[in-house]
Amino acid sequence: MPKMLSKVLKSLITKPATVRYPYVKPEPVPGTRGKITFDMKKCDLCQDCERVCPSLAIKIFPDEKRIEYSPFRCLYCHLCVESCMQMAIIPDVVVGAPAFEKVMDIFKTERR
Amino acid sequence: MNEGTVVNVNTVIPFGPQHPVLPEPVQLRFKFEGERIVDVVPNIGYVHRAVERACELNDYKRNVTLCERICGICNFMHAMAYCESIEMITDTEVPERAKYLRTIWSELGRLQSHLLWLGLFVDSIGFESLFMHLWRDREIVLRLNEKTAGHRIQLSTCTIGGVKKDMDDRLIAEYRSSLAELKKRMDNLAPVFVKDRGVQARLVGKGILPKNKTSLLGAVGPTVRGSGIPQDMRTLGYEAYSYLDFKPVVYDMEDAYSRMLVRIGEIYQSIDLINRALNQMPNGPILQKNTVFPRGTAITRIEQPRGELFYYVAGNGTNKLERCRIRTPTLANIPALVTMLVDHEVADIPPVLLSVDPCVACTER
Repeated sequence: MPKMLSKVLKSLITKPATVRYPYVKPEPVPGTRGKITFDMKKCDLCQDCERVCPSLAIKIFPDEKRIEYSPFRCLYCHLCVESCMQMAIIPDVVVGAPAFEKVMDIFKTERR
Repeated sequence: MNEGTVVNVNTVIPFGPQHPVLPEPVQLRFKFEGERIVDVVPNIGYVHRAVERACELNDYKRNVTLCERICGICNFMHAMAYCESIEMITDTEVPERAKYLRTIWSELGRLQSHLLWLGLFVDSIGFESLFMHLWRDREIVLRLNEKTAGHRIQLSTCTIGGVKKDMDDRLIAEYRSSLAELKKRMDNLAPVFVKDRGVQARLVGKGILPKNKTSLLGAVGPTVRGSGIPQDMRTLGYEAYSYLDFKPVVYDMEDAYSRMLVRIGEIYQSIDLINRALNQMPNGPILQKNTVFPRGTAITRIEQPRGELFYYVAGNGTNKLERCRIRTPTLANIPALVTMLVDHEVADIPPVLLSVDPCVACTER
């Protein structure tokens, strides 16, 4: 009983172990695997990322110089980030937010 | 039928596939005689995902990611077993440091799995506050996962020929301090399991699996170790276990209580193993790239938190595999579970069922 009482008193003083999620968002740990974006200035459309992607979330159209990335198919394994020779894939620490429609992220090269 | 005669009719109660006690899609049809269970018929196949077939259609390197996602809780060990089989066929020598890192991360997986299971187990016998304490402490392990690989559950660090991430001195120090903290917290919580009369009243003598029946029923893992049989695949000495002087935790009371004690013992043992591996870990490379396509067959057996995991891989010299057979521990434990449940009452179903630690997503692949 005394052991339990000390625990009860301790938990009265200490902060809760959980985070009040929708109101308070936890700080992402550096290096968290999240959404990716393509730096089209660096990308040479070699399709390495498309080849390694396990969930076929990346589609590259070299003729149109266009990349389609679906965050809803993505597993956040970051194999593409590791495979990119040009360092053109920029990883983010935030995972894609839920949405009503599964939209693609489209990246295009400006210079033709 | 004459008026006034009592006819003994068996009642059949379906348990699952959706049930508050077991959030996993498996159905058990219980046949009752009064309050007593006389027969159990398991029915699986609700979440079959054809992973084995997908392994044949995929590139063999992509399969690492696929196998890792067979099970959420023991994800690293699935990837490790697959990688080990491919390394065996292609004669890839894994660097020493990678072996130690794999051991550390698989033990970390075991820690979080056992803490999760202990929480769910005590919740099933109605001890909710202990469940919350355990899941709060499990967070320590998940934080370590997040700092290691950038994800709380899916480590995704295993690859063919070694591992992809390395640990620096700062992370190693953090591992040591976090595990010391976890051990301290477990020292507070473990006596509740061992000494509490309420827990004992619900578990002692429930779900008996006799020692002489275990091999007949093909049970594996902590389920048989709770019946006094020291069967543990880690004694085979895969990865760095051969250097770590490993001895399995065995209790011989043959009931649900004994299986719980095995898992509590394994939590302490995992913390010990990780600390020993961190001390002994040599410096050096972590990845040896393989350059040939797999040709031939290989069998790998490793110890998951739930028991023995079996991988059979056959390659034909192309980038696609001919066959990838996966047998998960829960599938092997289902016949034992069915025998355990007979002769119990309705209220004993949740603790006995959870005492084998069923992972149905794993089972159905």
